[in-house]
Amino acid sequence: MSDREPALISINDLKVHFPVGVRRLFGRSRQVVKAVDGLSLDIRQGETMGLVGESGCGKTTLGRAILRLIDPTSGEIIFRGRDLAQLSNTEMRAHRRQLQVIFQDPYASLNPRMTVSQIIGEPLETFGLAKGEAKKQRVQELMEMVGLSSRFLKRYPHEFSGGQRQRIGIARALAVDPEFIVADEPISALDVSIQAQIMNLLDRLRREKNLTYLFISHDLRAVRHVSDRLAVMYLGKIVELGESRAIYANPLMPYTRALISAVPVPDPIIESTRQRTVLEGDVPSPINPPHGCRFHTRCPYAIQACREVEPQLVEIKPNHLAACIRISPEEPDIDRIAPGYAPGLRQR
Amino acid sequence: MTQPDTVNLLEVKDLHVHFRSEEGTVKAVDGISFDVKQGETLGIVGESGSGKTVANLSLMRLIPEPPGEIVSGSIILRGRDVLKLSASDLRRLRGKQVAMIFQDPMTALNPFMRVSKQLMEVTQLHLGHTRVQAREHAVKMLEHVGIPDASERIDSYPHEFSGGMRQRVMIAMALSCQPDLLIADEPTTALDVTIQAQILELIKRLKAETGASVILITHDLGIVAGMTDQVIVMYAGKIFERAPTGELFQNPGNPYTRGLLRSVPNPTDEQGQLYQIPGQPPDLARLPAGCPFAPRCERAEEICRREFPPFVQLTSEHSSLCHFANEVYAASKTVS
Repeated sequence: MSDREPALISINDLKVHFPVGVRRLFGRSRQVVKAVDGLSLDIRQGETMGLVGESGCGKTTLGRAILRLIDPTSGEIIFRGRDLAQLSNTEMRAHRRQLQVIFQDPYASLNPRMTVSQIIGEPLETFGLAKGEAKKQRVQELMEMVGLSSRFLKRYPHEFSGGQRQRIGIARALAVDPEFIVADEPISALDVSIQAQIMNLLDRLRREKNLTYLFISHDLRAVRHVSDRLAVMYLGKIVELGESRAIYANPLMPYTRALISAVPVPDPIIESTRQRTVLEGDVPSPINPPHGCRFHTRCPYAIQACREVEPQLVEIKPNHLAACIRISPEEPDIDRIAPGYAPGLRQR
Repeated sequence: MTQPDTVNLLEVKDLHVHFRSEEGTVKAVDGISFDVKQGETLGIVGESGSGKTVANLSLMRLIPEPPGEIVSGSIILRGRDVLKLSASDLRRLRGKQVAMIFQDPMTALNPFMRVSKQLMEVTQLHLGHTRVQAREHAVKMLEHVGIPDASERIDSYPHEFSGGMRQRVMIAMALSCQPDLLIADEPTTALDVTIQAQILELIKRLKAETGASVILITHDLGIVAGMTDQVIVMYAGKIFERAPTGELFQNPGNPYTRGLLRSVPNPTDEQGQLYQIPGQPPDLARLPAGCPFAPRCERAEEICRREFPPFVQLTSEHSSLCHFANEVYAASKTVS
């Protein structure tokens, strides 16, 4: 993917906050979960942008906010020159055709009382794209496209296996010829032998239909395989962004290093010899995220300044950004940095 | 890995577990045999419906009867057949000699009971601890599994812990009586990778300290590679391959194992088309004639669709259920 590809979606300083706890009479609830907290990201035309992070980091909320399935608190989501965040619900409906979603759980996201042909045909009718014989034909075409026999037209979701159900969900998303698809953990609920099938299918469809994906997953092996670029999220913010290959080969952030090192490799020889960076503790609560760098509570390299200064996402290597005050273009390797050195402080 | 001595802690022979359903009898576990040596970790890999969980629930006689039934076979644990134990002997076995941890700690912990009480119950019942002893032991166990401020947190309810901490609580409970065998059924599947790494390290450490044997059920070949000494690959209620872990990954002797290994994205691979096993795991109520994997197998020939394959002994420790086991094994040796 070249850098010159224009952004299909530009997210600027997006915030999604949820009030939690007891709401007092005449008062607003005091506590707020900052699920997405000032996040900016360009997703380029035709790319697969991987989004990884631990549970609770806000990756699903981000995906849903882009599609306005959750209303953002502030910030912009620019798609084709319009700010989706500002659209009324009616205006947004017209855009839904271009922006589709595939969910993790194909069991929960398909209506059990509808046949496959009704499920895939519904968006065609909703958007007035086809009806009658034309609709029937389009549904068959879509089923073939995702590798389902059109013999199954009249069957119900429970008659299918998990992988087949995910194919139905993909066919439904593709029915309206979208440009952009949020795939939220599309393979996590599937068997190993089926995961490869669905990854290959998604990749083939992207090339054939010039789709753009936001591929959300906690499975770093899968994300590395399918994504052109990768964004690593931690507590509502992007902490590292760059080409997938570059990030896997040379992760800059201590957090990304720990994530990658935590993934077991299917090779007993590598497993028995490699040194693993095991992170201590859990993800802190997003209600009161730590001050300064949000990762400092678990970071083996944290110094006093990390507790005070919030790091900015800056370019450390060409096209490879990280949010850490301790590294810089001059010395991107955190293991080689002098004690107490924090070049990122200068940028403020 | 610790050097396992040669005593078999557990010997499972020709185990058959059936479930009766409207669509007929489902042979969830169909004649499997394996053993676990003292101090060894056995990995069981398989897709959903392969029978790996049913097999392990059977070891503790936890199959709901009906609809399930352990039809035949034997499960010899330290010389005693678990299938012949009385109800009271079984109770003494469960939790003391054999302990289990599950994927979702919330299903195994009582949400209405403080963690302290749940942990204390185990040793009061099995080790005859007094309340004071039991509480002291429980705090010690929680500290052992890495729960900070154990003596204060012990009186919390399960929901007050995070997912990873809950899994630690369950491990503490499982290990309270120093079991000979720990069965861990997808113990980290519900956890984040960073927390998974913590829990796997913990299981390894505790295993080394106690010398317990472990059966680790997982779908993740990466976990198998790092944690186990021996591996069993299950498919459609049968053992398709059994080998020492290193050997299985290097020289698989079964097309299904080979396919599984190739379909996992490897961190050193280039991107692009990923190898995929075609088709779906079979419906156990309607198994095809011949080899159950034949419809998905790229190596399948006419005989595979007609005759059930033999369990071929490739080396003294390595066997594979396949008509062409020797050929597949030889081919994997020339490739690697």
